[in-house]
Amino acid sequence: MIRPSTSLQFGILFCLAPLAMATISFFWQPFDITELNISNRLKSVSLTHPFGTDHFGRDMLTMIMVGARTSIAVAFVAVGIGILIGVPLGLFAATCRGSIIDDGVMRFNDLVFAFPSLVIAILITAIAGPSAFNAIIAIGIFNIPVFARISRAAALSLWQREFILSAQVAGKTGFRISIEHILPNLMHILIVQATIQFSLGILAEAGLSYIGLGAQPPTPSWGRMLADAQTMVSLAPRLAIVPGIAIILTVLGLNLLGDGLRDALDPKLRGSIKK
Amino acid sequence: MKYHFKLLLSAGILAASMGIQTVQAAKTSITIALQLEPPHLDPTSAAAGAIDSVLYSNVFEGLTRFASDGAVIPGLAKSWEISGDGKEYIFHLNSSVTFHDGSTMDSSDVKFSLDRARAEDSTNAQKALFSGIENVEVLSSDKVKVTLASPNGSFLFNMAWGDAVIVAPETIGEIKTNPIGTGAFKFSNWVQGDKIELLRNDQYWGTPAHLESATFKFISDPSAAFSAMMAQDIDAFAGFPAPENLVQFEADNRFQVLVGNTEGETILSTNNKMPPLDNVKVRKAIAHAIDRQAIIDGAMFGYGTPIGTHFAPHNPDYVDLKANSNYDPELSKKLLSEAGFSEGFTTTLKLPPPSYARRGGEIIASQLRAVGIETEISNLEWAQWLEEVFRGKDYGLTIVSHTEPMDIGIYARPEYYFQYDSSEFQAVIEALNVESNTQKRSNLLKKAQRIISKDYVNGYLFELAFPTVANAKITGLWENAPTQATDLTDVKWTD
Repeated sequence: MIRPSTSLQFGILFCLAPLAMATISFFWQPFDITELNISNRLKSVSLTHPFGTDHFGRDMLTMIMVGARTSIAVAFVAVGIGILIGVPLGLFAATCRGSIIDDGVMRFNDLVFAFPSLVIAILITAIAGPSAFNAIIAIGIFNIPVFARISRAAALSLWQREFILSAQVAGKTGFRISIEHILPNLMHILIVQATIQFSLGILAEAGLSYIGLGAQPPTPSWGRMLADAQTMVSLAPRLAIVPGIAIILTVLGLNLLGDGLRDALDPKLRGSIKK
Repeated sequence: MKYHFKLLLSAGILAASMGIQTVQAAKTSITIALQLEPPHLDPTSAAAGAIDSVLYSNVFEGLTRFASDGAVIPGLAKSWEISGDGKEYIFHLNSSVTFHDGSTMDSSDVKFSLDRARAEDSTNAQKALFSGIENVEVLSSDKVKVTLASPNGSFLFNMAWGDAVIVAPETIGEIKTNPIGTGAFKFSNWVQGDKIELLRNDQYWGTPAHLESATFKFISDPSAAFSAMMAQDIDAFAGFPAPENLVQFEADNRFQVLVGNTEGETILSTNNKMPPLDNVKVRKAIAHAIDRQAIIDGAMFGYGTPIGTHFAPHNPDYVDLKANSNYDPELSKKLLSEAGFSEGFTTTLKLPPPSYARRGGEIIASQLRAVGIETEISNLEWAQWLEEVFRGKDYGLTIVSHTEPMDIGIYARPEYYFQYDSSEFQAVIEALNVESNTQKRSNLLKKAQRIISKDYVNGYLFELAFPTVANAKITGLWENAPTQATDLTDVKWTD
């Protein structure tokens, strides 16, 4: 067992924090944030309110905890959409490599790639109405070509390997080979890519919520906390700093995790290929 | 040679510094920011208040006009006579009034403007102001007679609106891009999306303006407004959009903060035809579930006056009816169960962009949730809001400020977006429209306020405050906003 790299350790640490906060918030929240207590607004940092209270008198710590739920849920489902549709597409294209189907699938992916993703996400939420659900769809659609491309490229090189050749000689169909031999050897690449996409998903959700197209009030969201804080920065800077740091640490953590996982999972470094 | 050069240089520096000083001492221009940019520049053909915010009294004037305290005072008409039956008004116009293009303003222009506004095909946004006019007759070049179908006590008030300004037939074609009026400032330039520039009208018939030029900048984003003001890129901001920042401006001696009152009744508009809101008990329950002070504090940082009906509290005819809808969640729950909604219900809450609506909406949603009413909040842009809520009437609740002066008459229009249809109320407004006796008018206005308060047509929240942040050296800005206007005629810099 190789000792986990520093980036992996920090990555896990930074990622566990929001995950733990989100999980705890399902069972216990320090304060009720659905009830606004105006007379308690803009209270500074104290023992009862470790991050103070916002302009509606809600506890900032609770807001961050519940906001983590929104961020994680949106990013998780969006990455899920990307993997569940993108990976089969990529594997299918690799199986029919060189054919018109392969070309068709990949050019379609190129087409989706050619659109500026966040702008299209804005368009989708503007047409379908702003909500967390529409944000998930918008972010998810642009994860599809990412996973399709990466899995096709990796699968193509695997198709040249001897153990695949022997599987073909043994009479396995392209579909079975893709599932039984190609996919397991793609896993490490997909996991690393998923962590990267996860961090991009959290950023995208924060961005959409910031411009009012993500989760709608009263659902707390880190991006909307930033937007609400905008005119109050000079009054209470922590209103922007707290959610800002939450976003930064989570995104940084996911990127470190991705890096660390790549080092840990790369079969070339471990010198083994699953047959 | 060297000596000469030094002398020249120091003289130059001295001259330059003196030059700077003289420029500062005699500052004769102002850059004033507003949140909304006008869609075009014709105040007589659009409802957009932003047009009046730039042009009212600066470029365009009417027969009468609003003073900064809301009183109706003579404008282009220096005096008037009213016949005994209250149907005939003879206006005596100021002589030697010219339009900015040099042509004279006389009674034929008045006839043209009023006839144009009340014509069949008129696009005037407030046609009701002119509907009582039967005939406009030119008596002489400075005398005009207006005949009304029936006496109308608010006729002079109506003529003071920005929609009733006097325009010239020769220049009406291009009014939307090149407005020609009679005011103390003439229109100079409009950079769309950025600014409108005005220059002093040196041929002005009345007291000329102190400023030589004025620039209106349009800054819609509240945080950009804050930074522009702090950096002193702008000299004043009329209707400052972020009440949370006012404390900082007050503490800074470079600035002055004027908090005036407006005609803006901020209300929780309710769709009176949408079940279950068509039930007066449900509307009463909503009214009692709302804590106005929490909304004023939370959304407006304390700037605003609570109201209990659709009427400006600084108006002498205002009746304090807040007691009809005091904050009482227990009563609210009781009313809901009497109405058959002991389990509560769900409705929509559609919010336009201003912070009173967005923040106020979150607070109201939480207060309604406390009595069992769930609201689905959706944040809309103004265009969407006008389409879905105002015209489409596809909403349960919304929050908006009605900034027109004396606009209680909108409750007599069953097709208006509240969809409130009360024959009792309509009869009161009908009587009001033909009443010219001040005491009787006052009684009718009070009666009208009581009817809408006891019918709980809308949730009455607060009268919008009008915060103006300005450089401490500026005087003469309007503190209150009796109509949407940024009157610069009396504005000047002091040292």
